[in-house]
Amino acid sequence: MSEKKCQTIEEKQYLVRFNADTKSHLTVMDADICLTKCPDKICTIFCPAEVYKWEEIRMHVGYEGCHECGSCRIGCPHQNIKWEYPKGGHGIVFRLG
Amino acid sequence: MSEKFDCIVVGAGPAGISCAYELAKAGVNVLLIERGEYPGSKNVMGGVLYRKMMEDVIPDFWKEAPLERPIVEQRFMMMDKESAITFGYKGMEWGKEPYNNFTVLRAKFDQWFAGKAVEQGALLVNETVVLECIVENGKVVGVRTDRPDGDLYADVVVLADGVNSLLAKSLGFHKEFRPDEVALATMEIIKLDKKIIEDRFNLEENQGTTIELFGDATKGILGTGFLYTNKDTLSLGVGSLLSGLIKHKIKPYELLEYVKNHPMIRPYIAGGEPVEYLAHMIPEGGYKSMPKVAGNGVLVVGDAAQLVNAIHREGSNLAMTSGQLAAETVLLAKERDDYSESTLNHYKTRLMSSFVGQDMKKYKDSTHHFDKFPQYFDKYIPMMNKAASQMFTVDGSSKWEKQKKIWRDVGSAGEKIKLARDAYRAWKVMK
Repeated sequence: MSEKKCQTIEEKQYLVRFNADTKSHLTVMDADICLTKCPDKICTIFCPAEVYKWEEIRMHVGYEGCHECGSCRIGCPHQNIKWEYPKGGHGIVFRLG
Repeated sequence: MSEKFDCIVVGAGPAGISCAYELAKAGVNVLLIERGEYPGSKNVMGGVLYRKMMEDVIPDFWKEAPLERPIVEQRFMMMDKESAITFGYKGMEWGKEPYNNFTVLRAKFDQWFAGKAVEQGALLVNETVVLECIVENGKVVGVRTDRPDGDLYADVVVLADGVNSLLAKSLGFHKEFRPDEVALATMEIIKLDKKIIEDRFNLEENQGTTIELFGDATKGILGTGFLYTNKDTLSLGVGSLLSGLIKHKIKPYELLEYVKNHPMIRPYIAGGEPVEYLAHMIPEGGYKSMPKVAGNGVLVVGDAAQLVNAIHREGSNLAMTSGQLAAETVLLAKERDDYSESTLNHYKTRLMSSFVGQDMKKYKDSTHHFDKFPQYFDKYIPMMNKAASQMFTVDGSSKWEKQKKIWRDVGSAGEKIKLARDAYRAWKVMK
């Protein structure tokens, strides 16, 4: 590992155990806001698990890989994300840290 | 099912477990609710557990708790792109009883700690989310969970639900936090042979090091990185205010990779294998962001009450003390059979006169100050590095000449005045 080597977010997420619920605990409340009022789509940048991905005209929410940190709820410039905890026992399961 | 408890504690982290432990020990019928599969499964910290506040709850805990390493050395690195000024303290008194602090892995530690509360008689229920507090006549009387028929009642509810603090928010105890009131931290647990760790960090068995990283670790934006030694893993992480990540459009996992590949850090982790990746928020708004902490039938503890001393990277210890003081208050309320805000405010009084409240007050302006004036991280740290490089490079010029050059490099007279002013301001917010 002496040469510069960058691990991708996909590789990082692969190290984490998830027990995903069938239903998303993250909801974009008004899809129009992302499309028309949010040029930066900053959630796609600061989300530490790349849960939010912009797909041409809509926001894809990969809630299955969410770390439940809460940043998107606080960081969304339009307060457009409804954020709940996944159902008890579901979601991310940290084994170490 | 409408079960009634003396006390319900929401969240099995250091604050909630400490509170439940103390109450159970005093014979109170206490329910501890955890949303994860087990306590610790949702919990993240860099990894420093302070002995004193833990010992206040469980004396001699180090004899049986799952700890990683007692810390004998604390280092600080002021980093530029290809250099660092490092200072620190190492002392053998930290390597023996009663120790100063330890690295821990939270998934293991929190499970053990919660188990101790159960041994005292607390009832622990995992895999249960508290959706809201049940409020009747202006008083919290219980919690609504996501279980079928999941309403549970208690004389008093202690909110230890962590940094997101959704329950206190829904009670109107605080507004939604702003991006400059929370830090977002990411970290990796990196597996590395025990012997290699000890060689690289100049340690003997059962000794550990913590290194805090400033400056280029966060590309000059307000935040810190950390590198801590565990038994056979390293914890390497980086955190910065969410507002900083937003402003500079930084992807947190790319920042973490940047730190991993930094020439000052890379040799420490070389050959290591990442085994877990974790992200979590840290409440860093400080004293001014603290919510109301006591209401009718309810108390707020730990991260949920923003109890973090970001300057000294302390949090779990503040959490434990707040949990203990909440327990003490519940016992007082029980004795008086009065769970009104006026009785429960005893908690606030005790909290604010303890080291928790005092330290929160001491640093009340620090985060805001360093956030408002980014030059400390993006200008002065590189400047210090250049000055050190100048001074210690032997190139034939005299030391007087070197000093003159360093002084010249600070910039114009105006720049020098600015530097002096910033130094004074930093002292003022930290004193």
